[in-house]
Amino acid sequence: MDLSLLNQTLRDERQVKAEIEKIRRILTRRWVLMEICGGQTHAIMQSGLDQLLPPEIELVHGPGCPVCVTPLELIDKALAIASRPEVIFCSFGDMLRVPGSNRDLFSLRAGGSDVRVVYSPLDAVKIAQKNPDRQVVFFAIGFETTAPPNAMSVLQAKALGLKNYSILVSHVLVPPAMHAILSSPHNRVQGFLLAGHVCTVMGYRDYLPIAEQYRVPMAVTGFEPLDLVRGIYAVVKMLENNEVQVENAYARVVKPEGNLAAQAIIQKVFQTVDRNWRGIGRIPLSGWGLRPEFTEFDAEWRFEVGDIQTRESPLCIAGQILQGLKKPFDCSAFGDPCTPQNPLGAPMVSAEGACAAYYRFARNPSTVKG
Amino acid sequence: MPDSSFPAMEGPVCPLPLKHDDQIILGHGSGGRLTHDLIQNIFLPYLGSPPLLSGDDFARLNRSNGELIVSTDCHIVTPLFFPGGDIGRLAVCGTVNDIAVSGAQPLYLTAGFILEEGLPIRTLVRILESMRLAAQEAGIQIVAGDTKVVEKGKADGIFITTTGIGFLPEERIINGHQAQPGDVILVSGSLGDHGIAVLAERGELGFSAEIQSDVAPLNGLIQALLIAAPHTHVLRDPTRGGLATTLNEIAVQSRVGMLLYENRIPIQPAVQAACEMLGFDPLYIANEGKIIAIVPPQEAEAALQAMHSHPYGKSASQIGEVTREDTGRVLLKTSIGATRILDMLAGEILPRIC
Repeated sequence: MDLSLLNQTLRDERQVKAEIEKIRRILTRRWVLMEICGGQTHAIMQSGLDQLLPPEIELVHGPGCPVCVTPLELIDKALAIASRPEVIFCSFGDMLRVPGSNRDLFSLRAGGSDVRVVYSPLDAVKIAQKNPDRQVVFFAIGFETTAPPNAMSVLQAKALGLKNYSILVSHVLVPPAMHAILSSPHNRVQGFLLAGHVCTVMGYRDYLPIAEQYRVPMAVTGFEPLDLVRGIYAVVKMLENNEVQVENAYARVVKPEGNLAAQAIIQKVFQTVDRNWRGIGRIPLSGWGLRPEFTEFDAEWRFEVGDIQTRESPLCIAGQILQGLKKPFDCSAFGDPCTPQNPLGAPMVSAEGACAAYYRFARNPSTVKG
Repeated sequence: MPDSSFPAMEGPVCPLPLKHDDQIILGHGSGGRLTHDLIQNIFLPYLGSPPLLSGDDFARLNRSNGELIVSTDCHIVTPLFFPGGDIGRLAVCGTVNDIAVSGAQPLYLTAGFILEEGLPIRTLVRILESMRLAAQEAGIQIVAGDTKVVEKGKADGIFITTTGIGFLPEERIINGHQAQPGDVILVSGSLGDHGIAVLAERGELGFSAEIQSDVAPLNGLIQALLIAAPHTHVLRDPTRGGLATTLNEIAVQSRVGMLLYENRIPIQPAVQAACEMLGFDPLYIANEGKIIAIVPPQEAEAALQAMHSHPYGKSASQIGEVTREDTGRVLLKTSIGATRILDMLAGEILPRIC
C-alpha cells in the first residue's frame, strides 16, 4: 500500500472514531487488555489512541519489547565482547543505549571500540566478508520477528565459509511469556492483543491452547490506530459474549499458519532453550538458541566471557511494568532521575519500551487516561 | 569553470619533482609554495571577492546601517555529495540562513577549511564551485578564508566552518523569545527531506529513495515574507533535531505553549514512507532549506501567500498556533484527533529493531 496515504486510511480520525463507537455500544463493564508488543504500545501512545478509548477499557503494556527483556547478563557479555580489539560489534541501533551494569555500547564506541549500527544481520555478514582479519559479532536479539533474518545470516556465513562471523543470541518467544503472565497470582489481564508481526512469521495457531487454558480471548492485531481499535473491538466483543477464541483482526497481513518458509529457516538454525527475561526472571523453554551444529557461530562459545557480575538499579521497577502489573507513572524514578538520556532500565531506552513511550508522548499523568 | 589541472610548480624543488595536482598532501598546509598555489589556483578562482583577491590577512568591509549580525557554523557531512546538494552548498546556506532568520540581509561570509590528506583536488573543486553558486544565489561575498591540512585519518575528507555577517536594517526584533499566544505557526515546506536524502545516499536505508535534500539559501524567501508580514515574531530554520526540537526550543524561550495539527504538516510521500519503514519520525529529521515563521494572526494569510509565491516556499503550510497554556510544551493533535506531547529529540536517532 502507499504509506503516504496512512493518514487518510488507517490513521483517519473519522474511521477510528466510528470503530471506537462500535466498542462503546457493546461495553457493559470494565476490561483489562494487554497489548503484547512494544511496537503497539508505541503506536498507542504516539497516536494518542488511549485518550479516545472508553474509560472502561484499560490497556496494560506487555513484555514485547526485545530491548527491554534482554537480560542484563547478556548485555554485559555484549559489552565484554565489543571491547575486545579484534571485534567489530554490530547491533540494531536501539541496543546501543541500553544500560549494562555500569556502561553501554555507546560509551564503548566513544572509547574507541568498533561498535556499528546495522539495519539487518545480513549487513553484518557483509562486514565480516570485507574484514577477514577481524571478528564480526552480531547482537541477535528479539522475538520471533527478528529470528528469520538472524538465522539466515548464520546460514549465509556458513555457506560462505566465514570463520569470523558469530552471533550473540538472546531470542525470546511470546507464548511462554504469556503463560508466565497469566499464571501469576497477580495477573489482571483479561484479554490479549496479539503481536501482528510475530504472528506474520509464526501464525497464531499456538495461541488457542493458551486462550482456552486461561479462559482469555485474543485477537491478532496490527499497528496502526485503526488496526488497534479493530483488535480491541474483537477482544471486547468476545469478553462481553463470554467467548474464548483467537480472532484475526489483522487478516490483511497475517495467515493462520504464518510464514512457513521463515519458520523452516528458524527450525534449521535454532532450538528452544530456557531464557532469562530482564525484570521477569527465568522462563522455561522461552527462547531460541543455536543448534549444536552451529556452535561455531555462537559468540558465547567463541569468546570466553565468564565471571559477569550484574547489578540492576534498585530504583527501576521494569519487571513489574513488563508484566503489566504497574504503569510507568507508578515508578518513583520516572522522569527524575530516569529519562531517555539517562535511563535506569531498558523500558526507558527503546522506542518500544513503555517508559520511553510515556516519557515521549505523555510525560505526566494528566495527559494519560489512568 | 577553470581547468583543475593547475600549472606545474615552478622554482627549485627536489631532484625528481612530483606534481601534486591531483590530491591534497600535507604540504598544501605548510604555508609555503604549495599552499600559495592551492589558494591562487584552486580557491581564488571560485571564491575570489575583492577583499580576498587583495591578498591581505584581513578583509576590510563596508558597513551598512543597523546592528551587526554574526553567526558561525561548522559543517561535516558524510557523504560529501548527496542528491540536491553537497558540503559546499551546505556550508554557505547553513550560515546564510542563520543570519537571515534574524531578519538581516547576509552580506559577507568567511570560510575555514580543514582538508584531509588525500582529498582529490577535483573533489575540492566541485565543492568550491558549489559554494560559489550558493554564494551567488544568496547574494553574499566570501571575504576571508583559511585552509589547514591534517594527516589522513584525522578528518573525513573536508570540514568547512563558515562565519556570516549581516546587518539588521531597522529596529526589527525577531528571535526565539518573541512568540506570543495567538500567533500562527507556519512552515515553508515539506519536512525531513535533507536528513532522509543523506541517509539514502549513505546506502543506509536498504532501499533507494528518490529524495532530494532541500539545502538552499533562504534569505530571499525570508525577505519576501517580511515584506508581507513585517511584524513576524520568530523565524528559525529547523536543522538538526527537526521541527519538533526547534519548536520546543522556541516554546521554552518564549514561555508559551504550542499546538500543532499533524494532518497539516507537509511531508513528502517518499520521506513518509522511508520514515515508516525505519521507525523514524520526520518531525525530528534535519532540514536545510525550510523556515518556521511565527507571525501574528492578522499577518498569517499574507505571510503564507508570500511564501507560496517564492520557489522555496511553494508547499508552505499553516501548521499550528501559539497558546497561553502548556508553557514550554509543544502539543500535537494527532491524525486520529487525540492530543499528545511532541517532545524534543533525546540523543541520537536510532533505527528500531522490528
